[in-house]
Amino acid sequence: MKLLEKLFDRAAPHFKPGGRLHRWFPLFEATDSFLLGSGERAATAPHVRDAMDLKRIMISVIVALLPCVIMAIWNTGYQANSTLAAMGLSCPGGWRGHLLAAVGCDPNSLVSNLYHGALYFVPIYLVSVLAGGLWECIFNIVRGHEMSEAFLVTSLLFALILPPTIPLWQVALGISFGVIFAKEVFGGVGMNFMNPALAARAFIFFAYPGQMSGDQIWTAVDGVSSATALSTLASGAPGHALSALHISWWQAFIGTIPGSMGETSALACLIGAAALLVVGIASWRVMLGMLLGGIGCSLLFYMIGSDVNPMFSVPPHWHLVLGGFAFGLVFMATDPVTAPHTFTGRWIYGVLIGALAILIRVANPGFPEGVMLAILLGNVFAPLLDYFVEQANIKRRMLRHG
Amino acid sequence: MAETTTRELLLRPIFRRNPIALLVLGICSALAVTGKMDTAFVMSVCVTVVVACSNFVISLVRHHIPSSVRIGIQIMVIATMVILVDQILKAFLFDLSKQLSIYVGLIITNCIVMGRAEGFAMNNPPKASFIDGLGNGLGYGFILMTVAFIRELFGSGSLFGVEILKLTSNGGWYVRNGLFLLPASAFFLIALLIWFMRTVDPDQQENN
Repeated sequence: MKLLEKLFDRAAPHFKPGGRLHRWFPLFEATDSFLLGSGERAATAPHVRDAMDLKRIMISVIVALLPCVIMAIWNTGYQANSTLAAMGLSCPGGWRGHLLAAVGCDPNSLVSNLYHGALYFVPIYLVSVLAGGLWECIFNIVRGHEMSEAFLVTSLLFALILPPTIPLWQVALGISFGVIFAKEVFGGVGMNFMNPALAARAFIFFAYPGQMSGDQIWTAVDGVSSATALSTLASGAPGHALSALHISWWQAFIGTIPGSMGETSALACLIGAAALLVVGIASWRVMLGMLLGGIGCSLLFYMIGSDVNPMFSVPPHWHLVLGGFAFGLVFMATDPVTAPHTFTGRWIYGVLIGALAILIRVANPGFPEGVMLAILLGNVFAPLLDYFVEQANIKRRMLRHG
Repeated sequence: MAETTTRELLLRPIFRRNPIALLVLGICSALAVTGKMDTAFVMSVCVTVVVACSNFVISLVRHHIPSSVRIGIQIMVIATMVILVDQILKAFLFDLSKQLSIYVGLIITNCIVMGRAEGFAMNNPPKASFIDGLGNGLGYGFILMTVAFIRELFGSGSLFGVEILKLTSNGGWYVRNGLFLLPASAFFLIALLIWFMRTVDPDQQENN
């Protein structure tokens, strides 16, 4: 450690203004603070004493995401292994088959499930980090901005909301679009009006629908179709959609169902939510608002009922554990940059997203899942909500004191 | 304006005073007809003809137009040109005219045409107005063709309907990018073009 410190101290002058390598300062600073921690101190008043800085916020989010990551890896492997077992195959083909030969593909074995899932999750995550990180570096070096840990969260979130079978070049293309168009063109970290990970997913969703929707992609075994619970429900019988579903509510809650890798387990999201709320990063108003909005809207549809649309008959407690609702509620809607900053605004924002997500799910037959689009729409409305809340506050105070 | 040469009148609107990239006019049709090169091409030609001709006619009669009703008279001239173009398309290029559907008729409401009539033809002699209309039509066409080139190449793997990148659906290697088939993609592409043009020519940047 001493050696490393000496090394960085000696190299530092070259990267300071006037040094030969000044242009590369963002990269140097990032490596330095990643390995050794930041020695930066505020030189002039006012001094705010707070242990919470951007780095710590981002690291806390990553810690809160760990249950989801573990569930994502395990469930991807579990789905693939149990499908293989049902087909009577012992191992898949391709390079993954060679690597898996030592462990085997037993859906009852924890190690095999984790290992098989990791063979899908890790490449996607690595591509997401490398491709997005590359753009991040380019923009930061050109602009002279410091690197930020925010991208580590974005890249992890992005990997978690993808199906396991997504081609890696699409991952690279998607995260490039998300980082450039949702974040960097608006000025980089903290200036984005949309969640970059969701914008990236929306890009792939519209650009390559074949690899992003349908029922061929959710289980990591070639040519096997396994619909997500939501699309099964959408094709069920009107009036009693649930009878088409072959899973129990508890399965959906724990997350042993096919779907995007990180989103299936409501339980893991719940643990993450608890962690985020305890350290006070995520806004409980957004979470509760979205929960209430979702429950209210789905309850409304449930009570109205429909003779043609099976989605009307899905009760609220099912909506909450299926698809990306839980994951979006905990990790996407609560993104402090893209959510409103006023307390009232956060309530409205949460309710809006929850209701919209269910509305798209139920009323639009084209999209069985609506959380992604609902949150993106919410992001777009967030500045407007803040504006109206502020104006209302100004008016009220004018009346009181004017 | 009087001192500008004919050459400048013709070429300036293509890059330095581009009606789409700098003035951000005519966006609607730029989103709608740029899915394919051939529709974009026909649309560019139509708009160029309409702007040039209507500029010419309006400039001819500019001294006889009462100021209070000038917009109505301009619109009448423009509408006449558009109907002519529309009828010619229907007579000789019926298939393309069907693909362009209402967008040819909507040239009447294209802000570029109206803008050039009000902003240039009302104060300048017919020849200069005609050249200016031609130049602005070319500037519009330049953006349309660039956007359509990218959208058709990556969205359908072809250019002018001729397959360039062999699609996976035909046993090739290229997976079509469905986003480029949606009009929304033209927003990103036009934004990128504007970004590029303002980097090359910083004069176009607004002062903050």
